[in-house]
Amino acid sequence: MVKWTDLERSTVRAVWEKVDIDEIGPQIWARVLIVYPWTERYFGSFGDIFTTTAILNNTKVAAHGKVVLEALDKAVKNMDNMKRMYAALSLLHFQKLEVDPDNFRLLADCITIAIACKLKSALTPQVQATWQKFLAAVVEAMSSQYY
Amino acid sequence: MLSKKEKTLIKEMLERLTPVAAEIGADALLMFAAYPGTKTYFSHLDISPNSSRLLAHGKKIVLAIVEGAQDISQLTVTLAPLQTLHAYQLRIDPTNFKLQLLSHSMLVTLACHLGDEFTPVAHAAMDKYLSAFAAVLAEKYR
Repeated sequence: MVKWTDLERSTVRAVWEKVDIDEIGPQIWARVLIVYPWTERYFGSFGDIFTTTAILNNTKVAAHGKVVLEALDKAVKNMDNMKRMYAALSLLHFQKLEVDPDNFRLLADCITIAIACKLKSALTPQVQATWQKFLAAVVEAMSSQYY
Repeated sequence: MLSKKEKTLIKEMLERLTPVAAEIGADALLMFAAYPGTKTYFSHLDISPNSSRLLAHGKKIVLAIVEGAQDISQLTVTLAPLQTLHAYQLRIDPTNFKLQLLSHSMLVTLACHLGDEFTPVAHAAMDKYLSAFAAVLAEKYR
């Protein structure tokens, strides 16, 4: 299990407080689909996601961003229990959605970059390091039920 | 493959940031905070934040990235001396160049400096360029 210092906990919370899910949510999937286009394979039901303009205007993409950030909110509030908390979600992504778990890392990177654009100089290297440690734990929990 | 539009976008972004090359480079190098394994290559340098060695080194790296962007189709030629340096003298594990490490840290640093201007399209173009850069840099290893 991942160990968190008090400073790390407060750092993650401080970053998260600055994240407006309605604002950042739409951005994260836009980035994933534009920067890593092969991820389109998972979103057949989203309609037109084949051009940058279509992606940026797609309401399903935007809505899905919020879904993911709402799930991330749970992790922020439950940093010691991520594996258990995400077990069902992990199994869903494996068995039903059939998502290559390497994509979780890509999503995590895009989340970090979307947050970096918002926080700018407030995302110091130390804060970035802690935030990435947090996301790495989330990614690990999401990959845990793959067999 | 980088389109003409992407190459122009990359060149413009990097030219705009050239005046603060040292700052950006140093910030990206402070990835050491995020990836402690990378510190092992710098035991001979003072890489504490704001050290002049860190700033100088960061500047070198960013200026090399800027130079490569001037003519991306010639990347192998432009980077030839650096390829040799990294492969034969420095012998840094080339996986450090890409993905999570230097490229990712560079992308996060650019995002912090450019804010909303670091649009998904700009992000994609830069990610592609830095991947190509990292791959070319690693070419002489074996």
